[in-house]
Parts: sequence; C-alpha cells; structure tokens
Amino acid sequence: MSLIELRDLTHIYSQGTPFEKTAIDNVSLTIDAGRTVALIGHTGSGKSTLISHLNALLKPTSGTVLLDGQDIFASKASIRATRFRVGVVFQYPEYQLFEETVFADIAYGPKNLKLDEPEIDRRVREAAAFVGLDAGVFDRSPLELSGGQKRRAAIAGVLAMEPDVLVLDEPTAGLDPAGREDLLARLFRWHEIRGATILLVTHDMSIANRCERLVVMSEGKIVLDGTPEEVFAHDGQLLSIGLDLPAPAHIAKLLRERGLDLPAGIYTLDRLAQAILALRGKGAGPC
Amino acid sequence: MDPIIRINNISYTYPGSDKPALDALSLDILPGTFTAVLGSNGSGKSTLAKHLNAILVPSAGKVYVDGMDTTDEGNLLAIRRRVGMVFQNPDNQIVANVVEDDVAFAPENLGVEPHEIRRRVDAALRLVGMYDFRMHAPHLLSGGQKQRVAIAGVLAMDPQVLVLDEPTAMLDPRGRREVLAAAESLCRERGITVVLITHHMDEAIRADRVLVLDKGRIALDGAPGEIFSQTAALEALRLTVPETTALITRLNAAGMRLPTDALTDEACAAAIMEALS
Amino acid sequence: MLKDITLGQYFPGDTPVHRLDPRTKLLLTVAYIAAIFMVGSWGGYALVFAALVCVCAVAHIRPKALLKGLKPLVFIIVFTAILNLFFTRGDDVLFQWKALRVTYTGLERAVSMVLRILLLVSGTFLLTYTTSPLAITDGLEKLLSPLKKLHVPVYELSLMMCIALRFIPTLIEETDRIMSAQKARGADLETGTLPERAKALLPLLIPLFISAFRRADELALAMECRCYNGGEGRTRMKQLHMSWRDGVAFLLGAALIAGILLLRRLGI
Repeated sequence: MSLIELRDLTHIYSQGTPFEKTAIDNVSLTIDAGRTVALIGHTGSGKSTLISHLNALLKPTSGTVLLDGQDIFASKASIRATRFRVGVVFQYPEYQLFEETVFADIAYGPKNLKLDEPEIDRRVREAAAFVGLDAGVFDRSPLELSGGQKRRAAIAGVLAMEPDVLVLDEPTAGLDPAGREDLLARLFRWHEIRGATILLVTHDMSIANRCERLVVMSEGKIVLDGTPEEVFAHDGQLLSIGLDLPAPAHIAKLLRERGLDLPAGIYTLDRLAQAILALRGKGAGPC
Repeated sequence: MDPIIRINNISYTYPGSDKPALDALSLDILPGTFTAVLGSNGSGKSTLAKHLNAILVPSAGKVYVDGMDTTDEGNLLAIRRRVGMVFQNPDNQIVANVVEDDVAFAPENLGVEPHEIRRRVDAALRLVGMYDFRMHAPHLLSGGQKQRVAIAGVLAMDPQVLVLDEPTAMLDPRGRREVLAAAESLCRERGITVVLITHHMDEAIRADRVLVLDKGRIALDGAPGEIFSQTAALEALRLTVPETTALITRLNAAGMRLPTDALTDEACAAAIMEALS
Repeated sequence: MLKDITLGQYFPGDTPVHRLDPRTKLLLTVAYIAAIFMVGSWGGYALVFAALVCVCAVAHIRPKALLKGLKPLVFIIVFTAILNLFFTRGDDVLFQWKALRVTYTGLERAVSMVLRILLLVSGTFLLTYTTSPLAITDGLEKLLSPLKKLHVPVYELSLMMCIALRFIPTLIEETDRIMSAQKARGADLETGTLPERAKALLPLLIPLFISAFRRADELALAMECRCYNGGEGRTRMKQLHMSWRDGVAFLLGAALIAGILLLRRLGI
C-alpha cells in the first residue's frame, strides 16, 4: 500500500524571471509504508526541493502529492496535518534550536500538536532516549551542548512528533565515524520499533546502501530506482552524474575492468570478499 | 631538512574548561610534505590547527613557524602570511561579493602593489581552477567552488604552508574531489606544505604522513599504510579503517597474502589482480 | 519564497555609462538630485526627463526596468498627489464638492511633486542599475577619504558595507532554511492575533541571530588569518581612475544644470 505518492511533480523556481530554474522535472514516485528508502543525488539534483514537497512546505508548480491517497494541499487543515505526519529533519538541524532548555526545544513540535502535558513529557523522554541524549541535559540550554549532542536534540525534536514518515536530509554530515555509526544505528532502530517509513537524503553511499531501496536523482529527474544491488550495477552511470560508489562497488568495478569475472551489483565488503575468494578457489585469474 | 613548523611540547586549555585540549604535544612538519591529521570530534585536531598560524598560542611550550616564535606578537603578520588557513564553512570565510576581489583581500591587507596583487590573484585562481569564475558572485557557486576560492584567497599571500581544517565536511562527493585534488596538486606540483585536518579516512590515504590525535596527544604517527593496518587501535580511537584495508584484512585472514599498504581503490584492485594471477 | 526576491539591482553591462568611474556617477547623481530641486518651470522637467531618457538609452536600460522599480513607491506617489491636490490653499478654485476643494495651484503642486519623485527615484535607480554595489562602496570610500583626517574610519565603514552586501543573500537563504525547519515542527507563522504572531516569530529570530553571530565570529577569524589588520597600510588591486569619458559626463551634467536655470529664468 503506497503511503506517499508523487504524480507528475514539477517545481520551477522564480518562474517568469531570468532566474527561472526547473528544480524538479515531471517526477512520479510512490513510497510504501514501513520502508527505508535513500534518495541520492549531488547538490542541485533537486532532492532537497523534492522533500520540501512531502510535508507541504513547497507547493508544486504542477502535479500532485498524495498522502494515504489524499491530496496534501487540499485544505489548510490537510497541510497542517501533513506536517505532523511527515517529519522532516533538514541539513544541520542544530541551527534550528531556539528554546531556553533542551527539553522545551524537543517539546516544541508536540506542543504545536496541542498534546497534553503528560503526553508531551512522555514523547520528549522517549525521543531523547532514542537518539541517545541523556536526561541530565534536559534543563541545560541547547547552546551549551556539544555539536553531536545538538544534532541529536534537533532530531529528537522531530521524532517527538511521532511522524509516520521520517525524512532526514544528510543527518550525519560533519559527524565523526563513530558518531555517524551510532546515530544511524539509532535511527534504524527507531524505524524497526515504530514501523515508520524512513527516507534518507544523502550523497554518502556508505549510508545509502543500508536502505532497502535507492532512488537516484539527477537534474531534477529520477534516473535510477531499485534495490542497492540493482542500482549499484549501474556503476558507470552513477560516476558520470557526479556520485561516488561505495568503496566495495568501486573496487569491484576496477577488478572487472582489469578482466576479473565478478557478478554485477556487488556493493558490500562481504560479497566482494566472497566473490574474490571464490575466484581464487577456481584459480580463475585473467590469462 | 629543517622543519617549517616545529611544535615543542605544547599544552593548551580553553578558558573555562578543566580538560586540556592539547596535552604536551610535540611535532615537526617538514617543508613540502602532505600531512593528514585524523581524530574524532574533540580530539584536539582543530585546536592544533589554530596553533599553526598563531590564532591560538600555547599555554605552555612553543610553536615555531619558519623559525619564528608564535607567542611573539611582532611575528604575527609574518607567520600568518606564511601559513594560510582554510576553514570548514566556505560561506563564512569569503569577504567580498566578487570572486577576484575576495582573493585580493589578503594581499591588499599586506600592502602589496596593485600590479603584483593582480598577478597573484590571477595565478592563485588558475592554480585552483577557478580563473574562469573570477567575476562571479560567490554565493552562486557550488560548495566545492567556494572552498577553492577560499584556498585561492590564502594562496594569494604566497604562503609556504596550507592548513585545511575539515575543508570537505560540508561538501558533496564532487566538491570533495575538487578540493582534495586542488590540495594535492599544490603540494606535489608547487611544493607547498599541506596539513589536512579531517575525519574522513579515505582523504588521508594520499598523505605522506598520518597523525591520529586523541585527547590532545598524538596517538599514532606514521605513513598511511602503517597507520591504517592497525584496525584495533583505530577503532579504540573512535575511527574506522578505509574499506580497502578492511577488504585486504578480510582476504588475508582467508589465506591470501596482500600488502597492507594498498590503500587507494586502484592500488587495492591491482594488488588483488596480482595475487590472483 | 524569500529566495524569489531579487536583491542588488545591478544589471551588468559594458556601456559608456557602466564604464564611468563610480565617483563620477555618485557626484553626478548628487548634482542630478540638486538639479531636480532647482527646476522652476515645466520646460525644466521636460529637460530633466529628456536627459534621463538619453542616459537610459546609452546605458541600455529598458524603461520597463525603471517602471518596475517604481512599483513599490506607488502608494507614496498617490499619497503625495492627494495631499497636494486637496490640501493646497488658494483662490483659483477649479472644482468643489462639499468640503473637498481642488485649486489650480494645488493641481500644479501635485503634478510637480509627483514628477519630482518619479525623476528623483528613476535617476538614483540608474546609478544602482549601472554600478555594482562594490564599485559604489569603492567610490564612496574614495570620495569620503578626506574625512580620514578627522579620524572617521572610512575604510572600515566601506568594508562593513561590502561585507553586508556579501552576506545579504546568505542570510536570506538561512532565513528560508530556519523557517522551513520550524514549519516542519508545526510552527504557525501565519495565523493568530498580533501578539501571538510576534511570539511565533521567536523560533525564527533566535536561531537567525545565533547564526549571524556565529558567522560573524568565523568571518572575523578568517579575516585575521588573511592578515587583516585594519585599514592602515592597505593597498587596493583595483585602482579607480578617471578618463576623458568622465570629463564629458561632468560637462553634460553642468550643461543640464545650466539649461534648467536658463529655462527657469525664461519661465518656459
């Protein structure tokens, strides 16, 4: 059952001026409930514009956005309801923190939902626990937190709205490797426990390849869409539109170019190691 | 060869903090080398970078740049002119609203003759491949382009050392490649000493020397091949090994004999081909 | 969206007007404004208008672009017209309906005030359309440099202006981004009473201020790293210099003022 559906979506900035730019060009896409999807593309590919349509921040120039089969732009009420059902964490979300305490900042979304105090309290605590933020910092100013903690507090602010769809734009940008791993693990655990849909927007392939489905955008269009194995089989195309390959996929590509008979679509270290060892077993090097 | 930067047992504690950000650290950097400094957030790598051009001065110990003591205020401009610094956020280091005017900012500050400024600005923009954009407005450039303008902006001082403090953290893959290629060519072709602060392991593999910082001290120091083969030590420092090393470790565990210093994807693929044939 | 606002009215070009020294254009603009206030006859307005049209033609600025710039001023223009039309005292009544009285003097005053505003604003637009903000800053700095002797920090002021110009687009983008982020958390910036709406702006303003301070901090650091040390002993890559073109421009400007005064004397 499709949860989100984009039909012939087009978005043109500054239409009718010399600065006119088509950011999204007639895109159709459906996303099923409970899935993990990565939206990949380099800067300017239209991916950020696309996600701003999912929670009704941007109105399409033409086309429709459906949530559970309903047009999200049908009324003011439906726009507002969509904002709470589709939670969006933008790039560098720590710059949106503004309340006096961490607790109040995480509670900002739930408060806008007009929930009662005990429910807000429960949600703030749960969301903070999910992102690994200690309750000891609740009474501190968000400005006193370390960079990594600020990021977590900002993400918790969106999780606390308990959205059905969580959209994250480069959630791990600027974090160190251990911080990146920890945050991703927590986000995927949130997905498993709540059964919510996750849409990760990224250009980091080592993050993208953890999702069930990859959607690749370039110049406002969807150019590839499928499982990681299917998408990474198009290694040449990915490189030509300015994206990286996951290191194992890139090494596999180089080995193939040197004449090694590796199957297409390898993108994990495990598969690559197995494939190489299998070839060694057969003694099948290049002649 | 005399080191261009000599760091002698320095410590530094930020005002209001009880833990030192740098703790009795010593380090010599040789001219013309490419050094990568790795470490998790809070390991002290940015604090170290700020000591290289006297933005910060040590609480104890000394830093000498080209023989000059950074604690001596009289050396300040001479030191900053020799050690150019580029920061993480390209938006916050561009001063002017035309690319070439921005690149001219440093030599103008130094009181260089107008003709010579023009020559340096053009040369610096050519070195980073941004000459064709000299009349553009910076805010319309991509992240990688902005960061290359920022590099040109310090190159116009004719520095001997280029310090890059996480220059790619906010860039997409294309931007990262542009900036790293520019830094590498400046070192290899122009002989400029490059110090790259990063937490992307794959950016460090092309360096001559890798330093891993932890709690304000140097935890590991050596050629990339030596450092990245120490998987356990790196993981203990909240870092990961490059995937090439991880693959080679896995294959060697299964009985292959691959060299552990094949760090780039190309070198790794070549080593595997050789082992299989 | 905020992004759609086009800031910086500069239209790059390579016409004789664009190539004038910014100092010339600044001084001539001042002279032009003075000239408008010297106009004392309808012929004078016609002359100024003709001069404006000529400069537009030489600078390849389409009249449409000037009219577009005047749009936000419609209210002020209409207001001025009404004020002068209905509230000028005089005996030469043209038209009267109950308390509303229009006199011939009032009509004349209204038309001449509106003409003045239109000519004044279009003239200054021509300056910003043909001169980059940076050139204007440079020109101002050079023109005001005698004030340095009075310890006015002319260089610092012009640098501040230059940095402000540079950061306007960045801060607009940032505002957009923070607004999106707070709306995504259910912020409602559009409905409610006035105090409610003012309070709803806090989630936007606080992060914006914090971010502006952070940027200022980082920029100051980056400037220090590039040997910024105050205006003392600084040189400039781009030197301003006057050419024969500027001489011609000054002569034409003088001719315009002479013409206005002559027409005024003649009462045409």
